[in-house]
Amino acid sequence: MSKEESALKKVCIICAKGNIEDVYATLVMANGAVMEGIEAKVFFTFFGLDAITKKQMNRLHTSTVGNPAMRMPGGLPFPTLLGAIPGVEAGVSAMMKSQMEALDIPPVDEFLEMITAGGGEIYACKLAMDMFKLTKEDLWDEVSAVLTVGDFYGMCGGDNTQIIFT
Amino acid sequence: MGQMELGNTMVDVNDEGYLTDASQWNKDVANAIAKEIGIELTDKHFEVLEYLRQKHTEGEVLTIRKVGKSGIVDIKGLYKLFPGGPLKYSSKIAGIPKPASCV
Repeated sequence: MSKEESALKKVCIICAKGNIEDVYATLVMANGAVMEGIEAKVFFTFFGLDAITKKQMNRLHTSTVGNPAMRMPGGLPFPTLLGAIPGVEAGVSAMMKSQMEALDIPPVDEFLEMITAGGGEIYACKLAMDMFKLTKEDLWDEVSAVLTVGDFYGMCGGDNTQIIFT
Repeated sequence: MGQMELGNTMVDVNDEGYLTDASQWNKDVANAIAKEIGIELTDKHFEVLEYLRQKHTEGEVLTIRKVGKSGIVDIKGLYKLFPGGPLKYSSKIAGIPKPASCV
């Protein structure tokens, strides 16, 4: 197969978590795909729905407990017990967001707009919506549709397509 | 690395066809690169290209977000101008290095 024939044409990305790092991994990969001319379809499910829920999308946190890679500025270990103190998680999350902003990484709603501006499509999982008692009105306006997993798989066919679970 | 004739100008390019010396760029070179990609350049394209070149000279890391906030074109418009590679193709046509950013 030549380089041209084997080039990636479509990515279907599934995001099931609602913390900053997993949501941004999803958004960066989806945006990176459309920027390269690769079709991107993103399916948000379970806690990942926070990323496309109007009320929550710009208030995501990163977890400061149970995260062994979490370090203090300067590289010292970050004790789990410290992370459990009220307000620490919010502070760390705010710090992470300001560092991302400095690298020109936008807030979640703006990032989603960048993806849809490039033709990327955003979907929500029906089962998780039912579970969290969410309606289409709770979701970001540009969510294309609420889908069953079967509907989503139906979109993931075709040559040179990859499904990515972040 | 090699030399290539684009729009009657000899320019230095890398393996991917990006100019290695941005000062060798002119409008004919831009038109020639755009033609290879399959884009017909308009005045709007050149406004974007001039903006990219200016930011490159100032040493800024370019992102589509920055171009979207430049006041020249929004992100949707940028995709329309340079389909399939809003930052990659525009940088190539502007004669500046391949963007090294992930956003």
